[in-house]
This record gives sequence, structure tokens and C-alpha cells, in this order.
Amino acid sequence: MSFATNLRCRECAREYPLEARHVCDFCFGPVEVTYDYEGIRKAVSRESIAKGPASLWRYKDFLPCDIENAVDIGAGYTPLIRAKHLGKALGLNNLYLKNDTVNPTWSFKDRVVAVASTRARELGYEKLACASTGNLANSVSAHAAAAGMEAVVFIPHDLEENKILGSSIYGPTLVKVRGNYDAVNRLCAELAGSYNWAFVNVNVRPYYSEGSKTLGFEVAEQLGWRAPDHCVAPIASGSLFVKIRKGLQELHKAGLIDEPKTRMSGAQATGCSPVATAWQEGTTTFRPQRPNTIAKSLAIGNPADGYYSLVQMQETDGACGSVSDPEIVDGIKLLAETEGIFAETAGGVTIASLKQLAEQGRIHPDELTVAFVTGIGFKTAEAVAGALKPPLEIDPQLESFEAAYNVRVPEGVA
Amino acid sequence: MAVKRVRFTFPENLIKEPIIHKLGHEFEVITNVRMADVDEHTGWVVLELEGAAEEIERSLSWAQERGVRVDPVGGDVVEG
Repeated sequence: MSFATNLRCRECAREYPLEARHVCDFCFGPVEVTYDYEGIRKAVSRESIAKGPASLWRYKDFLPCDIENAVDIGAGYTPLIRAKHLGKALGLNNLYLKNDTVNPTWSFKDRVVAVASTRARELGYEKLACASTGNLANSVSAHAAAAGMEAVVFIPHDLEENKILGSSIYGPTLVKVRGNYDAVNRLCAELAGSYNWAFVNVNVRPYYSEGSKTLGFEVAEQLGWRAPDHCVAPIASGSLFVKIRKGLQELHKAGLIDEPKTRMSGAQATGCSPVATAWQEGTTTFRPQRPNTIAKSLAIGNPADGYYSLVQMQETDGACGSVSDPEIVDGIKLLAETEGIFAETAGGVTIASLKQLAEQGRIHPDELTVAFVTGIGFKTAEAVAGALKPPLEIDPQLESFEAAYNVRVPEGVA
Repeated sequence: MAVKRVRFTFPENLIKEPIIHKLGHEFEVITNVRMADVDEHTGWVVLELEGAAEEIERSLSWAQERGVRVDPVGGDVVEG
């Protein structure tokens, strides 16, 4: 049984039943799922959650669908790692990494699509759809396959072949759309309004976005039932950024943690930084941008939750990093070389922003800080391909190895 | 008749221009503002347009030619 009660407009508070809709009919504001928190409080305990499955479904009482209907390919409950080496490099004494690269399709999108596909099936939809350049397409294709639903996935016509493979293996109907970023966006918005399909990030978006709360739940549980002092997370649509905090607040409403006072800081690539730019200008009114960055998984020029992200930064004394493409590559390498995690470009944005904010003194060295690494590096391997040391090449003799090794490692083999 | 929900974002140089009023005069399109936030530097307006589908598209092209950014309501649909 779900404790979800209604959809409520975030602007005018008008309420709607738990149907497929993403904006209010009256003010066009976004709608969000509300819950019977008193019911949740009575139903859950730290112990009941600990006995649940090692997936996001251990937080079933906080989700807008019934676990009996779960489309479960094992999303969530990913490791929280104490990052001593990276922390030392950045001057942060209490740094943790939430490693969401290990999800079933190797990105945090499995969290949101697990919830969206489950709710879509509950609402009677047979087709699951999305428009994506990568991670979301992979996850929708995989979840639809597991749910026995048909997947229809729209991709830009110039998307690289290796990115198409990660979706096409699951057997969706893949549609390449000719046109620039804006044209693809406009078509997909129109498609979402034209067919009786579940577009995961459009008409079932209120349910989809709830999946990101589980990042907040997991971090708090993995820290021994406490909220972090500071979170640093990437901002694309802004949904993940906003929902991490909602997750922490809901755990408090359910009596499971003390009131969170977590500072929330965002991370954007300078080539697509509507939120970071607005934050630097001290306004909550962002200007949409046409993206131009290697961090394509964050390339949303008109973020649905951009305003709410900015409000959240204001409310929590947070900040927003803005990093260049070379800094993103350096961030990917720094994370890999210090903590053994190979992240995609979004992870590079997060780590480079973490570095930037630490250097600016916006993160206190002793704050318990969690950085969110949201996708695997193999999906964007081309970003770092030219930036890595080539392997040593030797003849099959000891002398040949030592000669080459001593050039690479000055202190030699000793 | 078609109905389309869009978000207009105005750059600073258009803040003083009555773009929405002109759009309603130039085209057979009924405009209905539902949300807005405008200051002296920038602004956005969420509005509903009602009319023949081709006329709505022509009116949106006209607005874009004048420097207005036109986006779907609810943010970008294409995600990473």
C-alpha cells in the first residue's frame, strides 16, 4: 500500500488525484506527490527499513506506488564511500561519495525510471517513452523490457553509435529525430501531449522525480541515520538536486532522523549553466541556454526545476559550481586516481565543482560532505580518451621493461 | 482549434516591448497569460495560445524572430 494521497501544485497548492499529469491546469505550475506522513510515521522504523530489500524498494512507504507492482531490476542502495584520498587532495576532512555508477544501467536514472515505470503500469499504460541522449534512454529501455512494456525512445539523429547500443540491446523502438536541440525538444513535448503513452519525464514526471528522493534516504541511513552537513550534486533539470533534500526532510517527518540542516550546493558545466549563472547573479530567475558542453547528461538549457534549485540554494546557504570542459576531464581523472571510481562527465562536473567550492571556502573542511557521482565513465569514454597516459610498450626483455619504466616512474623499480 | 502552452523568455532589450499584445493583433491567436515573472533585466511568461495550429506556429516563429526564446511549459523534455 502506498501512502501517496494527491498531486499538489507547487505554485498554487491546487490538488489533483494521483493521475498522469505534470502541470497544474490553472497556473501551469509543476505538481508534486503528497503523502500521509502520519501514516508513514506509524508504519516505518529504522528496523523495518533495514529488513527491506537491498534496493530502493526498502523505502517503499515513501514512494508513490505499490511494491507489489514494482518494476525491479535492482536499482538503488548503492555504496556510500568514505573518500579519504580525494578529501585529502581537496582539503576536506569528512568527505563521502555516493557511488550511483553501479546501478543496473550504470546511472542514477534507474532510480527515477523504476518508480515511473511502476506507476505507469499501475495507471494502465502499455508504452513507456522518453527523449534522451543517453542514460535515461538506457534505463527506460531496460525497465520497459523487464516490465513487459513497449519502449519508444527518441534520440537526436547525431547521437554516437556506442550510446545507441546501451539502449538498443533491450529492444526498444528507437527513433532518431533530425534537427537541433530546440527542435527535438519541441517535437518531444508535442509527442508527449499527443499519445496515450507514459512519457517518463513528462506526464508521469511527478512519480519519476520521486525516485531521486531515495538518494537522500540511502545517504542518511548509510551515515547511521543522520543527514549530511553539506551535499554537492549535479544539476541538469534540477529534480535530483531538489529531491535529495526532500528525501532528508521526509525522513525527519517520519521521525527517523533529526531535522536536517543540510547545505545544498549544485554543480553545472559552464557550457550549460543556467542555474549557476543565475546563482552568481543573485537571482532565482534563470535564462535558458543552448547547451555546449561535453557533459551531455547535464545539458538541459531550460531546467524544469531550475527555479526550485535556486530557491533551495538560498534557503540552505548553498552555492553552485560552474566548471569548464577541461576542468570536467580533470575531475574525472582526479576521482578515478584517488578513489578508483570511473565516472562519466556529470561525475567530472561534480568533482570539479567540489574542488572549486572547497577552494573558494564555500565548503568547510570539517563539514560532513557528500558528493553524488551519478553515472559510469564508460558511457562517455571519449571525453578522457586523449587525456590519459598511453601504456608503456616494451620488447619481451627485462632491460626493455626497466628502461621504459624508469622513464615513466623516476624512482625506478625499487 | 488548437491549444498550445509555451514559456516565453524575454531578453533585456525586449522588456519594454508589448510583444504579447502585438502577437494577439498580428495573428488570429488568443493569448492567455497564466504565470509570469518580469523585472527590469529579464522576464518569463507562461501562456496558453489558442487558434489554428498553423497560425500558432506562425505566431511563435514571429516571436522568436524578435528575440523571444520559446520553450515548452515544464522545462526541456530531452534528458541525458
